Amino acid sequence: MIAALVPLVVLLPLLGAATALILGRHRRAQMAVSTTVLASVAVIAAVLLVAVDAGGPTVVHVGGWAPPFGIVLVVDRLSAIMLLISAIVLLVVLVYAVGQGVADRHRETPVSIFNPSYLILSAGVFNAFIAGDLFNLYVGFEILLSASYVLLTLGGTGERIRAGVTYIIVSLVSSLFFLSAIALIYGATGTANIAQLSVRLAELPDNVQLILHLLLLMAFGIKAAVFPLSFWLPDSYPTAPAPVTAVFAGLLTKVGVYAIIRTETVIFSESDLTVLLMVVGGLTMLIGILGALTQADIKRLLSYTLVSHIGYMIFGIGVGTQLGYSATIYYVVHHITVQTSLFLTTGLIERFGGATSINRLAGLLKASPYLAILFFIPALNLGGIPPFSGFLGKVGLFIAGADDTGATAAAGPDWLIWAVIAAGAATSLITLYALTRFWNMAFWRRRDELEGYESVLLGSVQEAPEGATVTATRTTPVLMVAATTTLVVVSVLLTVFAGPIFELTDRTAANLVDPDVYVSLVFPGGIR
Amino acid sequence: MTASLTLVVLMAVLFGAGISIMLERSITRVLIGFLLVGNAVNILIYLMSGAPGLPPILGDGVDPDEISDPLPQAFVLTAIVINLGITAFMLALIYRSWWLAQLGAKGDLVDDEEEDAQDAEEAADLIRSSAADDAAIQEIIDASDEEPDEELEREASARDADELDEEVRR
Repeated sequence: MIAALVPLVVLLPLLGAATALILGRHRRAQMAVSTTVLASVAVIAAVLLVAVDAGGPTVVHVGGWAPPFGIVLVVDRLSAIMLLISAIVLLVVLVYAVGQGVADRHRETPVSIFNPSYLILSAGVFNAFIAGDLFNLYVGFEILLSASYVLLTLGGTGERIRAGVTYIIVSLVSSLFFLSAIALIYGATGTANIAQLSVRLAELPDNVQLILHLLLLMAFGIKAAVFPLSFWLPDSYPTAPAPVTAVFAGLLTKVGVYAIIRTETVIFSESDLTVLLMVVGGLTMLIGILGALTQADIKRLLSYTLVSHIGYMIFGIGVGTQLGYSATIYYVVHHITVQTSLFLTTGLIERFGGATSINRLAGLLKASPYLAILFFIPALNLGGIPPFSGFLGKVGLFIAGADDTGATAAAGPDWLIWAVIAAGAATSLITLYALTRFWNMAFWRRRDELEGYESVLLGSVQEAPEGATVTATRTTPVLMVAATTTLVVVSVLLTVFAGPIFELTDRTAANLVDPDVYVSLVFPGGIR
Repeated sequence: MTASLTLVVLMAVLFGAGISIMLERSITRVLIGFLLVGNAVNILIYLMSGAPGLPPILGDGVDPDEISDPLPQAFVLTAIVINLGITAFMLALIYRSWWLAQLGAKGDLVDDEEEDAQDAEEAADLIRSSAADDAAIQEIIDASDEEPDEELEREASARDADELDEEVRR
């Protein structure tokens, strides 16, 4: 019964996309179909999470072909958690987009194209999370990337085409890396089934393992925007419409992080790249956040913090203990929610204030106190102020790292772990500085102070290359505000229910650190 | 595992040529480079299916050494389809980008979009408001009260005469 639900999370969005395309001009029907589909996927994901957590993971053999010949779909706790949080975020952002579309008469997000592409993007994301086969994971990536190309270049203005070209070419290169890695892995092991790879790759010589491992990490690293493969992100995300940027920032990089978690735990359980991951994680944090410091445009600033905070997850994966993975998964969930709600709030600020630049916004606190709250909570959360989930996640990661020092030889030198923890703490503070600076200028500064305002805080910021001027509509449609509020509430709930959630991620991590658990799921009778 | 040397060489050439073209600045060339590298990767996958020329069919009593692995061929088919779709999208994107370059920074936006919308809205308001209707009717009544314009009348009669002439000639 539960197994029958698994393929639905991919099928429903795809069927919904087809229906939405057929419905074409009937906007209301289209929006109803899209919302219903994503809402039902969210329900299915919740059911799956409960069932998987209680009764053990679910494996589906597509078409009845037994592994290793057929494609398997695997839903373990990690997949179920990712499915649930992404379904919620996708649904909320869709509601936001509907609200924006209704208010703007669909100028920004032409619904006849937007809804089908958005649903296909969801199908790709869900498919990547339940893929039990490396090639199926590739197909999932391609589905979500193709849809994201369309969404990013929506409307086809010069600015978006330019940003889109960078994004598309970088993604294509990463796909080519991924496909080459699959070809070589298949050549070396004769299988693309993740569970079987876990056993067979371990039998290969160390140097071959290392090459394949690095090739795969390179492909996922570009998608997850890990330094030095993160250069493309701040240039391409901010130009898209607000809902598109929000969902890209929240979800797409996390699909890459998810793939890296799978790579490190199941696929290459024997090959160890701890030191590399630690160094890369630390550099991603610092370089990302230093980039954020110089940005005047809030969208670009948030894009840089996005890159920076991917570093925490990479650090957690690098630690590689049960606590490390547990904290990483909690951090992923927290970051998806918070980053998306910040971008949604930015969309509201853009409508209300008519700009996204720190140099042109002022007096928003007085004009719209509610908007100020909507920005302030996720901003503190991202900056890691207790008691919010950002603080809990970071502390979890730091404790995991500190516990790991001296515990095992494989964990890398102690000083490296302490250095990365220090980098993490610094990053957290600089994030707080960058976001509160924006808060001070845009919300606290009085409107009449805007002309000729001099402040030491503004000394270092630079404008975006081509800051587009937006006309303030001074309207904040109810649906958009409601959607943003929902997401902010979800992020606060992550704090309130941090105990049970951490217990859940702990059980998840317990399965991850032992690759045999995953293998015995797919091959209950042992591998031939 | 045995592999065809020709295919290996072809793959290497495609990879080399593709990567060097991808490094160019023009998007069209990047696309061509992507196509070449994409095909190189496809050949790489295909190479993994073992010795060339064997049928990928497993039957009863067939020695596994006598067949080639069908799975890489299925992978390649999928990869080709994906490449085709992305190429089509890239071509559309390149065309759009060229189109925008031809038209300059403004692109193909209509100049006075806002003005047009405003005019339309005003017109709609006029039609809706009964006061405006009254005013318009009053205007027409006023106009009819005035002396008919002599010049206009003369012109109209001249036109009529011309038309008559034409009919007569026919």
